[in-house]
Amino acid sequence: MSSAQSPPVISAHGLRVKYGSREVLHGVDLEVTRGETVVILGGSGSGKSTLLRTLVGLEKPSGGEVLVKGTDLALATDRELDAIRKRIGLSFQGGALIGSMTVGENIALPLLEHSDLAPSTIEVMVRIKLEQVGLSGFEHFSPSQLSGGMKKRAAIARALAMDPEILFFDEPSAGLDPIMAAGIDDLILNLKKAYALTIIVVTHELASAFLIADRIILIDRGQILADGPAQQIQQSAQPRVRQFLDRIADSSADDEVDHLRIFTEGI
Amino acid sequence: MAGLFFSRLKRGRSFQRSVHQAMAVGVRAVPIITLITFFVGVIIALQGAYGLQRLGALQLVAGLVAISITRELGPLVAAIVVIGRSGSAFAAEIGAMRVTEELDALQTMALDPIAFLVSPKLAAMMVMMPCLAIWSDLMGVLGGALFGVTGAGFTFGSYLIATREALALRDITTGLAKSLFFGIVIAAVGCYEGFSTGAGAEEVGRSTTSAVVISILLVILIDLAFTYLFYSARAPI
Repeated sequence: MSSAQSPPVISAHGLRVKYGSREVLHGVDLEVTRGETVVILGGSGSGKSTLLRTLVGLEKPSGGEVLVKGTDLALATDRELDAIRKRIGLSFQGGALIGSMTVGENIALPLLEHSDLAPSTIEVMVRIKLEQVGLSGFEHFSPSQLSGGMKKRAAIARALAMDPEILFFDEPSAGLDPIMAAGIDDLILNLKKAYALTIIVVTHELASAFLIADRIILIDRGQILADGPAQQIQQSAQPRVRQFLDRIADSSADDEVDHLRIFTEGI
Repeated sequence: MAGLFFSRLKRGRSFQRSVHQAMAVGVRAVPIITLITFFVGVIIALQGAYGLQRLGALQLVAGLVAISITRELGPLVAAIVVIGRSGSAFAAEIGAMRVTEELDALQTMALDPIAFLVSPKLAAMMVMMPCLAIWSDLMGVLGGALFGVTGAGFTFGSYLIATREALALRDITTGLAKSLFFGIVIAAVGCYEGFSTGAGAEEVGRSTTSAVVISILLVILIDLAFTYLFYSARAPI
């Protein structure tokens, strides 16, 4: 594999993350190589979104380490963190566009703050980015005037604004109709083809995961269940992986025991 | 050179954000503050006249209004209105941004939410609170004049002269000094409550409520402390 040649862009070792006293990630190891498209697949509450937030430095790990481009996020100074953040783009689940600004201003914001480009150049770049995500002519709309799918596209345009090396997507197709979701998948595939981007997508949508991924990391209850090329995952015989891929509900026998425990605990 | 120009551009944008905030917290508060402090002026004149009349000193009503408005009620009423309009809005705005991950988005774009959101609000408050306090001083005195002219035998001119004679510059400056601190507290509490919003819509409501309640409490405490200081440090009569 190519990971032998170039150092990983992102690597995590023994990563643990806690919310209060509840541990959400119980020691996660992963490596992402430059130019790879990795899909982190997992059910609700599996810890996949927490993993993404930790990889971009929004959550502090309670144990283990995250290295992005060789810098340990926990040890990095604010200046180093900012330098890394200028090289990554994150498209949030709900878009997270700044509501008080127009779509165009949202996309121009990182350029205005972090580059010394002339306003006219920035305006052209905003139009290019909007065109890339299929939102030409929407720069004067406010985020609240956009549909869910358009917000996600605008968020992708903003994530692309600084021409990042690493692009993160949090649930890119969640809450969208199948046509809109397919459109977002196409967009990710186009970005993958057009640029030497490292793309990390967090999702629970099986179809889109297998469509866009080079490699799939299946995460379950805060631990990595399987990690490998998309085809290998698809053919996996591991029961828990099969259960997820074949969309089988948790067996009711387990549920009943758990259920009884809820009522009898502490008695 | 390019760097210098760029940093000036940058400063230009945060200045723009501050001006935008100053419009929202200051200029748009003028009509409601005008109305409220004018009526407060009338009320103080009426209440004062009730007491002064019994002493046969109704002509002192102008001085009573002038001193109570400039030293206390002008800045305080302005602050309470600003808490209701803007302290709550700060908490709600920042809280909603937390809930919709906009704060996280700023952070991942390497933008400091403090510099981006708090500094313009704080700057706007520090400039606009004293301005609003001056304005409400003026409106309160005009409210007093309404009673003075209609109920206490003053002409408009003589009421203003009586007001001027009753006031020392200190009365106005101590009020303005207080209002500067009111502004700082209102911005700080509103923003702090916004940032400490948890997940969910009801949390935004909770932080808005505590922004208002805590701001009012702190404004009153600061008022008490300052008033005590000014009282102890007063010139001997």
